Amino acid sequence: MTGADRRAAAAARHRLLPEGRVAGPMPWVIAIMMFLTVLAAAAGLGLGTAVQSVGAELAGRVTVQIVEANADRREDYSGRAVRLLRKSPDVRTLHPVDPAVLADQIRPWLGEEAVSGDLPIPALIDVELTPGSTQAKVARLRAILATLSPSIRIEPHAAFLQPLGQLLAALGGLAAGIVLLMAVATAAIVVLAARAAHDSHRGTIDVLHLMGATDVQIARLFQRRIGLDALFGGLLGFTVALLVILLLGARLTATGSDLVGAIRLSWIGWLVLAALPLGGVLLATLAARWTVLRSLGRLL
Amino acid sequence: MSAIVQFENVGLRYGLDSETLSDVSFSLHGGGFYFLTGASGAGKTSLLKLLYLAQRPSRGVIRLFGEDVVTLPRNRLPGFRRRIGVVFQDFRLVPHLSAYDNIALPLRVAGMVEAETHASVSEMLNWVGLGDRADARPATLSGGEQQRVAIARAVIARPEILVADEPTGNVDADMARRLLTLFEALNRLGTTIVVATHDLPLIGQVEGAQMMRLDKGRLSDPTGSLRYPPRAQAAVAP
Ligand SMILES: Nc1ncnc2c1ncn2[C@@H]1O[C@H](COP(=O)(O)OP(=O)(O)O)[C@@H](O)[C@H]1O
Ligand SMILES: [Mg+2]
Repeated sequence: MTGADRRAAAAARHRLLPEGRVAGPMPWVIAIMMFLTVLAAAAGLGLGTAVQSVGAELAGRVTVQIVEANADRREDYSGRAVRLLRKSPDVRTLHPVDPAVLADQIRPWLGEEAVSGDLPIPALIDVELTPGSTQAKVARLRAILATLSPSIRIEPHAAFLQPLGQLLAALGGLAAGIVLLMAVATAAIVVLAARAAHDSHRGTIDVLHLMGATDVQIARLFQRRIGLDALFGGLLGFTVALLVILLLGARLTATGSDLVGAIRLSWIGWLVLAALPLGGVLLATLAARWTVLRSLGRLL
Repeated sequence: MSAIVQFENVGLRYGLDSETLSDVSFSLHGGGFYFLTGASGAGKTSLLKLLYLAQRPSRGVIRLFGEDVVTLPRNRLPGFRRRIGVVFQDFRLVPHLSAYDNIALPLRVAGMVEAETHASVSEMLNWVGLGDRADARPATLSGGEQQRVAIARAVIARPEILVADEPTGNVDADMARRLLTLFEALNRLGTTIVVATHDLPLIGQVEGAQMMRLDKGRLSDPTGSLRYPPRAQAAVAP
């Protein structure tokens, strides 16, 4: 069979269903669904990345605070704490926060007095722990530092950012749930549309059936048409969603916040988003095929 | 003597009504020309539907080409349907397809290559006198032209059996005569012809044709000829 012959045969097959859309408003509904699905998936993936980077950032980090009003004693404790911590196998790196930097950071909150030295500011040591159970290491370090002075506190970062991480994770899970529900709704729409298309072309189907066309031959006509309709709707919804994501991304970056800035799409995330319209077409094609085959199965 | 179609005690019941067809038994031989007559409502269309596999009987055995089609799995039926051409009473042309595409349908269903399809359909269009109407939609064709498209479509794939349900129902006497000539030509090429009609004078016009009559769903054999091989068959038998 030559290429031209195959094309002519395909064109003849495609003429079997009349020109134009067979599925009524289905492509537009799919466009809306795809728009929402892509947004939900982008939100889920972006939040997932944020949870991961925030989590990784926080997991192995603690701050040691020396809350001592007397500046000399504070410096003394700070130096001894640093030496003690350096010896601990639980500590990977540490660096004492420069009091000047700290003063700069809190000046907007506490005013000029903060820098004057009248107001006691705790000395801070940022500590990165070695990999492993943060809880156990923190407990050990706390015991070591307690021998030095009760004014020394140790504060794991995860403790105060944990609720935020949990919120991000919950939102991500919600987004994944929405994507799943959208897939179910899309399949349902396609089943209804395929049923309607099947009913309105009943005459053609009966004639083909009585000529000895197989169910699969007939189903292919519909699955192709509905797949094309879904492709149209899917690409439309995807394109609009992409524009919205790019605009939102620019806004997120513009906030300048580390946390908000951590909501980012990895290249895998982009791949997943790009796969959504293709998945939609596949889903629509399969749903249409299943529906038409089921209807045909009721014929002799 | 091998029968191409065999009905044994076939009964058909639609829903809970009384039987539309009862105890129908007959054999058709390859190469024969058969008329099925009976009053309107006698069950002619129902019997033909059983024959072209649009309907399952409620009881009895139907054998086509030597195989019991009642118990055949569904996926084997298309192969049998491709060996039977049907001219429906209401033609059932696909309205959005041209005359050419309508006639080409059975060949495309069978997967014939387009070049061969083109040759066959063009030849067929000329044969039924519609060579210049290839691109016309059914709605723009006259009743007689539509009927010729329907007949061309039924015979294009060289079926072994041609079934026609009241093909002369809505045409004038002259057209009816020409249709019969067409069927006779096909019959001479070896196609078994089964024509349902209540037009009795028509039957006398085909030499060697045999007649079955349905009366309230029961078959009678007024000429007794069904029990014997058709003349055409006898003539070609070695
Ligand atoms: N699909 C159907 N459902 C129910 N009854 C039917 C159906 N088709 C035909 N009948 C009934 O079966 C009887 C025979 O109809 P039919 O086979 O069309 O007769 P004919 O073709 O000889 O006029 C009629 O009483 C008709 O009403
Ligand atoms: Mg009838």
